[in-house]
Amino acid sequence: MSGHEINPNKWIDLYSDYLFNYTITRVNDREIAQDIVQDTFFAGLKSMKNFKGEASERTWLISILKRKIIDHYRKINSRKGKAEVRMNLSFDGEDEGDWLEQRVADPFDKTAEDNLENTELGLAIHDCLGKLPAKQAEVFQMKTLLGYDTETICNELGITASNLWVIIHRARTSLATCIEEKWF
Amino acid sequence: MSKDYKIFVSCDKAAHTCDKSQYNEASLWEKIKLNIHLIYCKACRKYSSNNGKLTKLIKKSEVECLKASEKEKLKVNLNNELKNNQ
Repeated sequence: MSGHEINPNKWIDLYSDYLFNYTITRVNDREIAQDIVQDTFFAGLKSMKNFKGEASERTWLISILKRKIIDHYRKINSRKGKAEVRMNLSFDGEDEGDWLEQRVADPFDKTAEDNLENTELGLAIHDCLGKLPAKQAEVFQMKTLLGYDTETICNELGITASNLWVIIHRARTSLATCIEEKWF
Repeated sequence: MSKDYKIFVSCDKAAHTCDKSQYNEASLWEKIKLNIHLIYCKACRKYSSNNGKLTKLIKKSEVECLKASEKEKLKVNLNNELKNNQ
């Protein structure tokens, strides 16, 4: 066995955010994403014996997750196939889209490339978050990603406001350096 | 907090205001003081611009993460599954 070992008890703390972010950029629904992440962990438990330790635990989980996401899309698609497919080429029966103005590309529209870049950026940010001390990462996530109030966080974690700002400050400084290395 | 009317603030305070302003929690007076500080302090200018970039990146990437309660739920389920498997 090579260096990588498996420890399901730590999975949620270590990887759930990363996996969740990976999933949600692909399925666009919090509930479904959670279910898929859950399924992934279960499947991981079942096939723990097959884990050879060649890849890191996270890579291995991601490869399971990818399968699960594909399965998810297969499932909805087979459901769709049973329903009647109706195509409506002209939407209101009127000639919508005939005007030149409506055919011009919208420069502010997000392109596929932008979306791809954002997905990768999201994963890079999670990578960097994973490197922070647990406490910093937790506070930073609550504040920045979940958008909680300062007071709510202070009450929940039992820290003072100035304490919180110090933690945020440290987290931001190390995140900035980490992302700078990874992204630019 | 007692209000101090000093126009020139220390770097510590400036950084603190800068962090706060990333979450729109800095008051107008604090922001004015920060900007005055930025005029003459190169290090804080750098920090401030980096900080702004970080906020923008995070906003742009639309990162999501699980809430603590959702994580708990996952943990409970996983533990149950673990017990079943053993």
